[in-house]
Amino acid sequence: MSEEFKVEIVNPEKSFLVKDDVSEVVVPAFEGEMGILKDHISIISFLKPGIIKILSKSGDENYYVEDGIVEFKNNNLSILTSTIFKLADMDKSKQQDLLKQAEEEANKTDINDQSKYLADQKVEVLKTLN
Amino acid sequence: MASLDDLKKRIASVKSTQKITKAMKMVAAAKLRRAQESAEKGRPYSEKMNNVILNLSNGISDKENAPKLLSGTGQEKTHLCVVMTSDRGLCGGFNSNIIKKAKSYFAKILDEGKELKIITVGSKGNDQLKRVYGDKIIEDISFKESKNANYFDADKVGKMVIEKFEAGEFDVCTIFYNQFKNVITQIPQAQQIIPLNNEGEENSSEESYEFEPDEDEILSNLLPKNISTQIFKAMLENSASEQGSRMSAMDNATRNAGEMVDKLTIEYNRSRQAAITKELIEIISGAESL
Repeated sequence: MSEEFKVEIVNPEKSFLVKDDVSEVVVPAFEGEMGILKDHISIISFLKPGIIKILSKSGDENYYVEDGIVEFKNNNLSILTSTIFKLADMDKSKQQDLLKQAEEEANKTDINDQSKYLADQKVEVLKTLN
Repeated sequence: MASLDDLKKRIASVKSTQKITKAMKMVAAAKLRRAQESAEKGRPYSEKMNNVILNLSNGISDKENAPKLLSGTGQEKTHLCVVMTSDRGLCGGFNSNIIKKAKSYFAKILDEGKELKIITVGSKGNDQLKRVYGDKIIEDISFKESKNANYFDADKVGKMVIEKFEAGEFDVCTIFYNQFKNVITQIPQAQQIIPLNNEGEENSSEESYEFEPDEDEILSNLLPKNISTQIFKAMLENSASEQGSRMSAMDNATRNAGEMVDKLTIEYNRSRQAAITKELIEIISGAESL
């Protein structure tokens, strides 16, 4: 009996990633990191800026996301996100660009608490990457 | 009757027009393929988004306090219409079809004594609407610099719509765009995005979900994203439709030019022959009279 399930990441432009030999996914859910294994209960949650870790037979992968929704049902994990980057493909300058943007956003004074919190999160995550 | 020289010039000019329309057709065909591809690739996202929202809204226990983006403001006084057109012309009936659809909707709303506000996306729509509805247009957006429809642009429009909604500037929002069916058929669509119209859609699964955090909070986060997603979907459909429409329009133009060249060539040959015959008659009759 295999302990694998299917994960699909889609962004508005295309289907970003489909994998069906995944053993565990860790997503940065809004109320803290959440690990998902096979036969998890059906769940819908949304993401805060952070790292998605995908553990599979064919190797582990890490992705940086800024927002999104996760839906898990019948051993299918769907992640909808508008901003996603594979960490391995991200070079230093890209990280710096994102960090700069996030810092600018976090320093704005006219935004509400939630956007402020999300922007702070972004900065924090990006800083740990460097 | 036009002189031989005139005919020759006209044939040359029609031929060069034909060359241009032919080139435009081929460019449109290449772009169409790309636009169609991205429209297809974009579908899973909006479908999944819809699914999740459907599941969520069914799970909501307290319908009264549901987010306003879902349930509406409770009245239907002010209508906002987002009319999405192209930035370039020469694409057949593409823009006029959307405008026609939009105008009949506008007329209906104004007849009912409701207030109308318009946002135009794409300069062609603005050109056509500002003559009649100039005072109703509150915003005029154009993405001339963006080569392809991208989510970033759609998000900008979506955020603007939501901002205006939260400021209480309108109650109902409808977007107008062309749905791509195939190269010759594009269907102008009016889609209501605020409040979300889920009626008639059956929930596929009765399965209950766990929500983290609770439904309301997820919904209030998700709904604004859904607006941008719907607008993005409309943009993708629109760009595929635009190229398809342009392709068939240019194909027609090329064919018409070909017919015209044929007609003119026959006329040219006839008048050339007539001139030769006339000259021959003159020579013969001259020789006979000697």
